Amino acid sequence: MDNSNVDKGRRRFLTAAATVVGGAGAAAGAVPFIATMTPSEKTKAIGAPVEVDISKLQPGERMIEKWQGKPVWILRRTQEMLDDIAAQNEAVSDPASEASSQPAYATNEYRAREDEYLVVIGICTHLGCSPSFILKDGDNSPVVDWKGGFFCPCHGSRFDLAGRVFKGVPAPTNLVIPPYKFISPGQLLIGDDSEAA
Amino acid sequence: MANIEKNIIDGLTGLRDWVDDRFPLMQNWNEHLAKYYAPKNFNFWYYFGGFALLVFAIQILTGIWLTMNYKPSAAEAFASVEYIMRDVSWGWLIRYMHSTGASAFFIVIYLHMFRALLYGSYKKPRELLWLSGMGLYLVLMAEAFFGYLLPWGQMSYWGAQVIISLFGALPFIGDTLSLWIRGDFVVSDVTLNRFFSLHVIAFPLLIFGLIGAHILALHEVGSNNPDGVEIKKNKNAEGIPVDGIPFHPYYTVKDIFGATVFLIFFFGVVFFVPEMNGYFLEHANFIPANPLKTPEHIAPVWYFTPFYAILRAVPDQLGGVIAMGLATNIFLLLPWLDRSPVKSTRYRGWNFRCALTLFVISFFVLGWLGMQPVTPLFTWMARFFSLVYFAFFLLMPFYTAIDNDKSVPDRVKD
Repeated sequence: MDNSNVDKGRRRFLTAAATVVGGAGAAAGAVPFIATMTPSEKTKAIGAPVEVDISKLQPGERMIEKWQGKPVWILRRTQEMLDDIAAQNEAVSDPASEASSQPAYATNEYRAREDEYLVVIGICTHLGCSPSFILKDGDNSPVVDWKGGFFCPCHGSRFDLAGRVFKGVPAPTNLVIPPYKFISPGQLLIGDDSEAA
Repeated sequence: MANIEKNIIDGLTGLRDWVDDRFPLMQNWNEHLAKYYAPKNFNFWYYFGGFALLVFAIQILTGIWLTMNYKPSAAEAFASVEYIMRDVSWGWLIRYMHSTGASAFFIVIYLHMFRALLYGSYKKPRELLWLSGMGLYLVLMAEAFFGYLLPWGQMSYWGAQVIISLFGALPFIGDTLSLWIRGDFVVSDVTLNRFFSLHVIAFPLLIFGLIGAHILALHEVGSNNPDGVEIKKNKNAEGIPVDGIPFHPYYTVKDIFGATVFLIFFFGVVFFVPEMNGYFLEHANFIPANPLKTPEHIAPVWYFTPFYAILRAVPDQLGGVIAMGLATNIFLLLPWLDRSPVKSTRYRGWNFRCALTLFVISFFVLGWLGMQPVTPLFTWMARFFSLVYFAFFLLMPFYTAIDNDKSVPDRVKD
């Protein structure tokens, strides 16, 4: 083939231009394929708040509700439980919840709006298992001198009765507190904490 | 009589020639089978590549048939698997073949990889053969993971939850990435549906393509052998390796015989112990997925447990994820970590032999630990054996460089 009459500069320019246009097309073409895998509008809409009747919850008892597909625990704590929490400030890694996720009204000693009720998302901050609730005198306490709390069966993370993570376990932060409010005594709304209405 | 025979043969030859003028039939037949010369000294360890191909075929075949009755939705998936097991004619057999096939695939692949370690099959000039094989292994792990969610049992659900959360531990992009993988804020119907798509279309196609690349790379450089001698260095006047024999019929016959024995064992499991006492099908997976309750004791299927033990051994979240990722991917570097000029352990020094033995022991112990509940003793054991595991790779440039290797013969031994 005779290439002597070829304008090489022009050929290079055309090759480069075609590569750029083709590359941009391929990149733009990838956008819908990647975007279609993000949560759909329907999926996003399902996270509506959930109303829970807690009037029958006895001191020391825990109930599980589903919000946004996740388990939410509501624990009615006794005075002894609250004392045990306060006594373990040294053993937990983030006692004041500074590095953890919770609404401002739950950034306190007991991580709650009202000390008596712990409302917390029951998903371990390590790798997403749901820890087991083990009482102080439970016969399967994970460590000696267990004061009651939550133990993750997957990777051994432990949390106290305020959802605070103990030192030396894989979970990096305290359990997450969802937005919530009491609509009336005994009526809890999970997923909405707006003050109006 | 003789005339009829002659006419048939002439007809078939004519047909073959007609095809050959239009498609490289005989060329490929010769290149990959009849005139592909493999070392004459293959042993037991050389069965497993062929077995892997056989298991792949079983998985594709049974998978297509399972798809005819399976329903990829959170509401129906668990019940549709039970429907296959109880109501579909022979459905139990198809399903048990598929579930046993998954474990068999990993057994065969692990033995195939061990063979490569034993005889140095990853070393120059077979680096790309090794990399394509490792690519296959990693894609196979993803394929198995996607498939494990489909029965929508408790283990399916929480296993997927944990593995997807691994990506969530990555800094900056973690939350967005895990949300993108799930397509939802938790593992849900959306996740199940897309895992089904990836399991039955995307990843089988990837595996198919990689198998092609793996075999092409093998036939380009030629097979290694238990002596680690390059048979292409000794060719006769016709250019045929003197220590080679044509793959067909010698090794096709060997592989078909091996496949028969393999299938006897395979169906022994399918018929008599399909659950393998909880190792192939975990007990907790016979309970439908419950997003509100994690089973008391969760562990991945056996083929992931060594890496799971490494994950649990590291007390830091991101550190554990990195260690686990490294443990699965570090095999990729093997061709460049090994400094010994000798391929086969038959002629290698005791440094490598001891290191390989310790590595295999640590792999088994980690695999066992990954199935056990968390206790302080087990955690420390996992830490110790994780160190041994990584030391095998990271110290390799040193202990192989100063190994007391023996001299390698010029030709394979008879």
